[in-house]
Amino acid sequence: MSAVSDAVRVTAPGNPIGQSVRDSLVVAKRNLIRMARIPEVVIFGLIQPIMFVVLFSYVFGGSMDIGGSTSPQVYREFLMAGIFAQTVTFATAGAGAGIAEDMHKGLIDRFRSLPMARGAVLTGRTLADLVQTALTLLVLAVVALLVGWRTHTSIGEVLAAFGLLLLTGYAFTWIGAVIGLSVRTPEAATSGGLVWLFPVTFVSNAFVDSSNMTPWLRHIADWNPFSATVQACRELFGNPGVSTSEAWPMQHPVWASLIYSVLIIVFFRTLAVRKYRSAAA
Amino acid sequence: MPGAIYAEGLVKTFGDVKALDGVDLEVPEGTVLGLLGPNGAGKTTTVRCLTTLLRPDSGRAVVAGLDVLKQPDAVRRSIGLSGQFAAVDEYLTGRENLQMVGQLYQMKAKAARARADELLEQFNLADAADRTAKTYSGGMRRRLDLAAALVVSPPVMFMDEPTTGLDPRNRQQLWEVIKQLVSDGTTLLLTTQYLEEADHLAHDIAVVDHGRVIAKGTSDQLKARTGGERVEVVVHDREHIPAASALLDKYSLRGLGQGDTTVEEHMRKITTPVSGGAKLLAEIIRELDADGIEIDDIGLRRPTLDDVFLSLTGHVAEAKDEDGEGARDAEGHSKGQRAGKEAVK
Repeated sequence: MSAVSDAVRVTAPGNPIGQSVRDSLVVAKRNLIRMARIPEVVIFGLIQPIMFVVLFSYVFGGSMDIGGSTSPQVYREFLMAGIFAQTVTFATAGAGAGIAEDMHKGLIDRFRSLPMARGAVLTGRTLADLVQTALTLLVLAVVALLVGWRTHTSIGEVLAAFGLLLLTGYAFTWIGAVIGLSVRTPEAATSGGLVWLFPVTFVSNAFVDSSNMTPWLRHIADWNPFSATVQACRELFGNPGVSTSEAWPMQHPVWASLIYSVLIIVFFRTLAVRKYRSAAA
Repeated sequence: MPGAIYAEGLVKTFGDVKALDGVDLEVPEGTVLGLLGPNGAGKTTTVRCLTTLLRPDSGRAVVAGLDVLKQPDAVRRSIGLSGQFAAVDEYLTGRENLQMVGQLYQMKAKAARARADELLEQFNLADAADRTAKTYSGGMRRRLDLAAALVVSPPVMFMDEPTTGLDPRNRQQLWEVIKQLVSDGTTLLLTTQYLEEADHLAHDIAVVDHGRVIAKGTSDQLKARTGGERVEVVVHDREHIPAASALLDKYSLRGLGQGDTTVEEHMRKITTPVSGGAKLLAEIIRELDADGIEIDDIGLRRPTLDDVFLSLTGHVAEAKDEDGEGARDAEGHSKGQRAGKEAVK
């Protein structure tokens, strides 16, 4: 062998943004290959939201008062935006666990010793999770249609709603990245990535009409970033139960959802990249 | 002009544990330095500081002529790191792993693929190229990990315990690969707990304990510090012990601080410190023969690095160092590293 004589010299990269994009795509590809080779993870990721669709629509449907109606059909249409939004946020756990596992297995060390863009390992992971989220949403939308969910708006508005959902999911994976870089084991990242999502997704307008909550809780729900996405989706899908709250995010849910997502990405990405760079890992 | 790897006064503290307490190192270009020490002595922390993974609290380090603290990106382009356990993605195939690393070294996809094929061939992994690394044996994973560190043929290599957990056959194979690499001119810093490994691969050895380099030199120099060679004679007949002992005593370096002639009655073994090597040995054999003393065994024994380690640190190399373990825990994910090591075993 002649490992050295075939010297392939590494030159300084030209354009840092181009390098960052290329490196992120290389890492995203790696994570997508992994996901394809561990389909259990993707499948379990699907079962949970499908179960929620079925359980919520058949168990709660009929006893929930949505805009004065207790019809199960109305609740089902109301529910879907909430389930979609909750599902995209669950990608947080996957991103966190994946990054924690890379740390645990020493891969982060390898990446950090390579002359690659600093944020690319994390961006690559979150992009791969975005692809997975998109697939999950697609399957879930089909299931939703089967149990009777319908949209009453233009295709453009429906697509815009899904766009907002993906952006929200993407933003949340950056929270997952921070969690993944902060814990010692992938198991801790999975539970740590999920535990706080329950209050966030339940103290919201996702599954119940928030106007029935006690005022202080309702206030939290109205300003919850997660509620903004749900409200925006209901509006864009033309589904019932759009909140009439005076709170600004409820009055301008599309803008609110966009702003919240961008703020989450900027804040948590900065934090994650900083943690990655100094990862005592 | 400092060597290919140069460190001066590296200090790193984790909480209240001083993992590095002023490490000084120099590795001339094209040579191998073996960093030898027990668990937790600071070997891994030293490598992490030199490979830009960890920022030392104080001190200075230069790798391939580049300041590690000021030009970390340039340093990363000039080094290869093979970790304490095989850091490869087990769900990717061998080829995919190497290609990914190549691309992250900023090679074009096609060039990275060609280089991956070349390395798979060189490291005897061509047959397993399209199997996921999960299916590889421990030795194969190490080879893949090493191949990943060599994708760009970096002028300076770091290997952190490259053979920990490998069986003797795989260790031997990996040694051959490493020797080849070094003969091609790569500068290598290698950490190990195996004295035999340092003896085998390294030009110079630095013994580390409690975050400091406590001894430096070639293997021979270090052994000489512990004491020189000894002659060991096993006589056939117990009655010949006094006569043989008196004879050996003539050659003994006794009194030069090299210890005394010792007799182990039950083994019929007499040992004495000497100098003079094989020539002396031949002379002793002739004299024993002339005196009619029948011998079962005779040999010139030189101290091993184990003896060196023991005399330098007061404990054997393999022994777990409790403080050191603490220092590793403070590194944050050392638990994971240990788990990883177990997995490789």
